[in-house]
Amino acid sequence: MTLAETGAPDWSWNLLTDFQEMWSYPFMVNAFRAGAIVAVVAAVVGWFVVLRRLTFAAHTVSLVAFPGAAGALLLGVSAGYGYFTLCVAAALVIAALRGGGEHEESALTGTVQAFLLASGFLFTALYRGLLEGPQTILFGTFLGITSSQVTVLTVVGAVVLAVLALLGRPLLFASVDPKVAAGRGVPVRALSVVFLVLLGAATAEASQITGTLLVFALMVIPAATAQVLTARPGLSLALAVLLAFATTWLGLTAAYYWPYPLGFFVTTIAFAGYLLALGWRSLSEVPGRRAMAPTATREVPA
Amino acid sequence: MTLLMAVSPLSHPFFQHAFLAGTAIAAACGLVGYFLVLRAQVFTGDALSHVAFTGAMAALAFGYDLRLGLFAATIAMALLFGTLGRRARPDDVVIGSVFSWILGLGAFFITLYTSSRSTTNGTAGISVLFGSVFGISAGSAVVAALVATGVALLVVLMARPLLFATLDEAVAAARGVPVRLLGYGFLALAGISAAEATQAVGSLLLLGLLAAPAGAAVRLTDHPHRALALSAGLAVLEMWAGLFASYAVPRMPPSFAIMAVATAVYTATFLVRRPAHVSRARAAVPTGP
Repeated sequence: MTLAETGAPDWSWNLLTDFQEMWSYPFMVNAFRAGAIVAVVAAVVGWFVVLRRLTFAAHTVSLVAFPGAAGALLLGVSAGYGYFTLCVAAALVIAALRGGGEHEESALTGTVQAFLLASGFLFTALYRGLLEGPQTILFGTFLGITSSQVTVLTVVGAVVLAVLALLGRPLLFASVDPKVAAGRGVPVRALSVVFLVLLGAATAEASQITGTLLVFALMVIPAATAQVLTARPGLSLALAVLLAFATTWLGLTAAYYWPYPLGFFVTTIAFAGYLLALGWRSLSEVPGRRAMAPTATREVPA
Repeated sequence: MTLLMAVSPLSHPFFQHAFLAGTAIAAACGLVGYFLVLRAQVFTGDALSHVAFTGAMAALAFGYDLRLGLFAATIAMALLFGTLGRRARPDDVVIGSVFSWILGLGAFFITLYTSSRSTTNGTAGISVLFGSVFGISAGSAVVAALVATGVALLVVLMARPLLFATLDEAVAAARGVPVRLLGYGFLALAGISAAEATQAVGSLLLLGLLAAPAGAAVRLTDHPHRALALSAGLAVLEMWAGLFASYAVPRMPPSFAIMAVATAVYTATFLVRRPAHVSRARAAVPTGP
């Protein structure tokens, strides 16, 4: 029933006219612009997140975005400021706390996460101006992205990318082998703090598109998919950007034609891509072994 | 004293229901949460919270009782975690991807539900995410209280062997304790209490109810049975404090009040006593305190 409902697209399959129709609305143009910027920034930062195994930090920072946005709305400030302020602050807190005791960490993080979400809920309960309550903050929306918001996203995104471009090589070195990097005089600790700040900024950007609960979909899944497909750093970075970009635009298109939340489409597309990549890898490994039979037999004499 | 203060809110039926269900749910969550923390399975609670939301929304979208989806989803997920095993931890990228997709699916079901049934309330998603303990009806309060009491009793009954199996699995198995069965049983109980907690504080916040009292109890005492009792007691007290606080300040949602009290108590334990864990105590021996 639901499949029939969602599986019957009422678009013309003529991409040109479809995009012309969608882009005749200014809010859709803004949404596509914002989506493109966010996808690129989130994918690049996310690529390092997957490489550095920081997925848990990304998750926590994205949860902070919820009370941030809700609190900003309550104070009468644009939600964007709330996202950026609290995400970067949370990233700094995580940077300061890292390396502490590991034993009780799970109970502590569980409590902190629940408290943050509860605070966000309090703010939305106090602020009655939200149309659909906290749902749009949690699960994302593409309606009502203003041109000034796009400008802010662009500026912040450009700064994040510029810093990453400057730090790219030492950061890659420090991520792959922190001990050797530290031995070679790379400031590993400073790099990790700077990277967490970048992570905060990128999370704040991504939460405005996918919603705070689903940041993972834009930040981690494309990068993980790319790293499944290829082990070469440059190629997988480019692939991650491409995947995130395709995910966002496909998601926006789908959300335009069907009345379901953007977050759902983005997570589903990204997750499907990840599954396909895993399947492709396992499939290509089987014939790959067969094709390389001589080398295989040389290595493993059965 | 407190009873006199408590009399006025307790005369309202909605508060009575919330009090009844909340007390039993908090006790069950405190007991289960202690073992989750001890067994380093807090992450399971996180997973359950995501699944609880999607399960409840799917049940609503297809026209079933919300609780059916809740229980089915959380118990199935808990048993799945049981089969994956404690040692076989999948990659956190894989886990994160799966859960973000599950949440996305939940968002889809919310929209499906609110758009297909325009007459029903559009806030169902919010009440599943953040709980609506004051909205519990008499019938569901009794059911929730009975189920939670059952969970609490079962945890108390299996506390000794479970503790043994948790602290030293190999020795417990050698002594004839059914370690695997206990693991499964415990995870099923964790699933049930997650579904229960969703009705009180919501699926996004149930992790706090599971983790905060237990974390506080673990910090306050090293004695397992005392810690177990303390965890349940703290959870119940935090639930009561939250309910009364939310009654006194109506603009404050009860879920927030409960979480705030729980977090405050947990934070206070950091001031009361410095962490004295075996590993850390050992590490601290050469250099002194």
